[in-house]
Amino acid sequence: MADLGLAWEAAWPAVRTLLYILLILVPLVLSVAYLTYAERKIIGYMQVRLGPNRVGYKGLLQPIADVVKLLMKEIIIPSGASRGLFILGPVLSIAPALAAWAVIPFAPGWVLSNSDAGLLYVLAITSMGVYGVVIAGWASNSKYAFLGALRSAAQIVSYEIAMGFALVGVLMAAQSLNLSHIVEGQTGGFWHWYVWPLFPLFLVYLIAGVAETNRAPFDVAEGESEIVAGFHVEYSGMAFAMFFLAEYANMILISALTTLMFLGGWLSPLPFLPDGLLWWLLKVAFVLFLFLWFRATFPRYRYDQIMRLGWKVFIPVTLVWIVLVGLVMQTRYAYLVH
Amino acid sequence: MNFQAALFYFFAAILLGAGLRVIIARNPVHAALYLVLAFFSAASLWMLLEAEFLAIVLVLVYVGAVMVLFLFVVMMLDIDPDRLRQNVWRYLPVALPVALLIAVEMVLILGARYFAAAPAPAPLPAGYSNTKALGEVLYTQYVYAFEVAAVILLAAIVAAIALTMRRRKDSKYIDPARQVRVHKEDRLRVLKMKVSRYGEEMHDHDAPHGGADAASSSGER
Amino acid sequence: MISLPPLAYADLQPLLPELFLLAMAGIILLLDTALSPANRYVSYLLTLATLAGCTWLTLPHLGAAPATALYGMFIEDPLAAVSKLVLYIAVAATLTYARDYLKERNLYRGEFFVLALFALLGMMVMISAYHFLMLYLGLELMSLSLYALVALQRDSAAASEAAMKYFVLGAIASGMLLYGMSMIYGVTGTLYLGQMRSVLQMGAFPSLPLVFGLVFLVAGMAFKLGVVPFHMWVPDVYEGAPTAVTLFLGSAPKLAALVFVLRVLVWGLEPLFIDWQQMLIVLAILSMAIGNITAIAQTNLKRMLAYSTIAHMGFMLLGVLAADRVGYGAALFYAIAYLIMSLAAFGMILLLSRAGFESDRLEDFKGLNARSPWLAFLMLLTMFSMAGIPPTVGFYAKLAVLEAVVNQGYVWIAVAAVMFSLIGAFYYLRVVKLMYFDAPEQSSEISAGADVRLVLSVNGLALLLLGILPAPLMNLCLYALKASL
Repeated sequence: MADLGLAWEAAWPAVRTLLYILLILVPLVLSVAYLTYAERKIIGYMQVRLGPNRVGYKGLLQPIADVVKLLMKEIIIPSGASRGLFILGPVLSIAPALAAWAVIPFAPGWVLSNSDAGLLYVLAITSMGVYGVVIAGWASNSKYAFLGALRSAAQIVSYEIAMGFALVGVLMAAQSLNLSHIVEGQTGGFWHWYVWPLFPLFLVYLIAGVAETNRAPFDVAEGESEIVAGFHVEYSGMAFAMFFLAEYANMILISALTTLMFLGGWLSPLPFLPDGLLWWLLKVAFVLFLFLWFRATFPRYRYDQIMRLGWKVFIPVTLVWIVLVGLVMQTRYAYLVH
Repeated sequence: MNFQAALFYFFAAILLGAGLRVIIARNPVHAALYLVLAFFSAASLWMLLEAEFLAIVLVLVYVGAVMVLFLFVVMMLDIDPDRLRQNVWRYLPVALPVALLIAVEMVLILGARYFAAAPAPAPLPAGYSNTKALGEVLYTQYVYAFEVAAVILLAAIVAAIALTMRRRKDSKYIDPARQVRVHKEDRLRVLKMKVSRYGEEMHDHDAPHGGADAASSSGER
Repeated sequence: MISLPPLAYADLQPLLPELFLLAMAGIILLLDTALSPANRYVSYLLTLATLAGCTWLTLPHLGAAPATALYGMFIEDPLAAVSKLVLYIAVAATLTYARDYLKERNLYRGEFFVLALFALLGMMVMISAYHFLMLYLGLELMSLSLYALVALQRDSAAASEAAMKYFVLGAIASGMLLYGMSMIYGVTGTLYLGQMRSVLQMGAFPSLPLVFGLVFLVAGMAFKLGVVPFHMWVPDVYEGAPTAVTLFLGSAPKLAALVFVLRVLVWGLEPLFIDWQQMLIVLAILSMAIGNITAIAQTNLKRMLAYSTIAHMGFMLLGVLAADRVGYGAALFYAIAYLIMSLAAFGMILLLSRAGFESDRLEDFKGLNARSPWLAFLMLLTMFSMAGIPPTVGFYAKLAVLEAVVNQGYVWIAVAAVMFSLIGAFYYLRVVKLMYFDAPEQSSEISAGADVRLVLSVNGLALLLLGILPAPLMNLCLYALKASL
């Protein structure tokens, strides 16, 4: 019995971590499922349609039906494809999207790994997501898929720079890379949130986030009207579902990060109201709504316009603002930024 | 062997294996992907040394950006590995002895005699931040080297643009800045039309639906 | 963890020429984007003004005692000051000669000037480096700019090929240098040249790994200098590059490379001189032999001058391998003299070339005397100086180097050097023969601006003047070495 107790003692941290991981991932996957439902409903209403309404009450079981459908479908591997990489593509796509959640705090102390380099970690991990797209596009041995992969690679590399610079602004304001500290730095009402002193960076981050997740109006990598479905044209069944899952998980991730860095995370907008997870969820939902709103509103950018926006607009804007923040921090108005 | 040492050997083995595959992989895309794996393992090794900043930056810069561009280029090249291989066989009889000779000499000279394993460094004090230490030397002791490295990058940018930038006269270039500045009034004409009931005036059917007339949707006015 | 004091403004004082150059390069880069091709001369004049400004900022350092700055990474001493001043003049002359050539070949662009300034900055960093890292970074900055300059003429297949060869071999050389540096760091535990020297003087180091690192270092430097057996890239690059770029990379970088060699071998590793002396003897003798003998077979003047460079670099190394102050001074003198000669020789090719005509074959010089006696005379002086015929500066440079070698007891090396120079005299004199005794094949007017002619005349006459009165320059070189070491 004693041995068993010791072994349990040694194994407990690992088991606990696994439980925490499940506690994060299961709600996340469910959110993804219902995010697709929300997307179809919201865009439906915006376009004066009803959206899914047949499966279950008001179509609420639609995502479940979709999952079942995708699970039953066969995964077809094209004859000229590079087999190993073809399978690896979706895996590399979903893994970073989930791994990044390790450092996301949900409420004070509610975080899997309270890392001091959390922000950098997120940036590094999300930058890996592009490999899934590129490898899938190349391994499919199909022209459409390849074009999608090339577009995606160029786009993500371009916007990552602007995104990184936007994060530098946050880092300067918060003086920390720890996401929990960044949220704590915004205590004291919504006028203390970083969105105000860093407003241009907030916009850049949000838009770059949309581009980074390959969402409309930056979805040239899929571009269903020109290159069918881009990098995942050859995928079916669960392999396709993985890409789908990764895209929506990334959307939620970007929304969560925007919330943490610019919108005060779990802090309540007014000091006398209690802080908590609810605020966090509300803010994330709001940013997600923006994602859907963009998709319903804007036509797709052309490839060269995307490149221009990334390199000639966002990067200069972020650079100027970083210098400005740095200058302000040297004056007696430093309290304005942190 | 404790857990850390086991991890070290694990990552080191992956690093060596991946490095080897970079050179012997038949397909250049596979070689590039193995290089990504090698970078990742190297980052893990740095992580074990508590150099988390360097580790993450290695992933961020090399894996996240540099290698993506690398793949981007390699994927577009039409490289026939077998044709390249022919040359390898031709030069192998010369290259192999030379390589072996150098390797043997290096082993003989650099054997354990001169480069004995250094004593393990003293454990770092609590609260020691590798990132902070790096920042401090980068902006004091090595500031000159840091700045000159930046100038090298600037020179590289100038060189790259000077070598590749060429305005083709026949390219149908559309200036996105002008496109963005286009106003609704330039493209769209809203017509006021008299409301009419079906059957009263049949010729009204020829008018476009909704009463709006979308002008040309091409890029240039 | 030692906390160092933060950077102070006083630390930057010795760096003023470098900072000024960098700032001006940035300004020219930005300004040039706004200039129309007709106004390109603004960039040109600004570049010359930059060089003049650098000269003004560097002059005060000439008499100053050696001092390090920026946490010991940077050294300002008379050797650095003298070398930098010569480099400014060389780059200014290069740009003057190159102007018309560039215009005719659609290379007269802001990037040319900016890259040339970046290359110069790299040389200055090398010259003032007191740390292996800075030596390496300066070298890379210079090399990178030079690769790009060689490739700048994009429509020329020869230039692209030359740039590719230069780049690949240059990268290998850099790798070797780094490998050698890391080995020496592994043994001595420092990258600072001064510390390295004192650590080595205390002795008691295992010599094998040191020598092993030294071999890689010397091989890397030999690559950059272009001495046998690491010379393969020189003729191809010289021939393939646009002549204006050949002029640039055949002049200033040679002096910078010599100072690089001196900083590494003398400032850092002088206690190991027994070892590197042996290596340099092999390199020098082989270079003089192969350079001079192969040059005879060339029909292209640029290629011939490339082999002549190899031979001259070998000759210059003789001064270094003498391993004393006088020898280093003689090597410095030789490098400066060679720089003036190569400026004159390539300047002449540039002056005689036109749009669509490179004037880089030996036949193109036939009967130059009939077309322009003055230019033929200047070329005569240049060729005499390269061959080492008195009373030109080339003779005195060779004499000084040989004297230093003989003083160290290496009479056989001096004898071999003289033998190879005699062989070399053949192909230099052949050019003279073509100019004076053959009928001209070209009859067209020689078109060149008055300023170019003036600068070239001064350049050619300097060869004569310094040959007759070598003492001031020689004293300057010796002073620079003695005051710096």
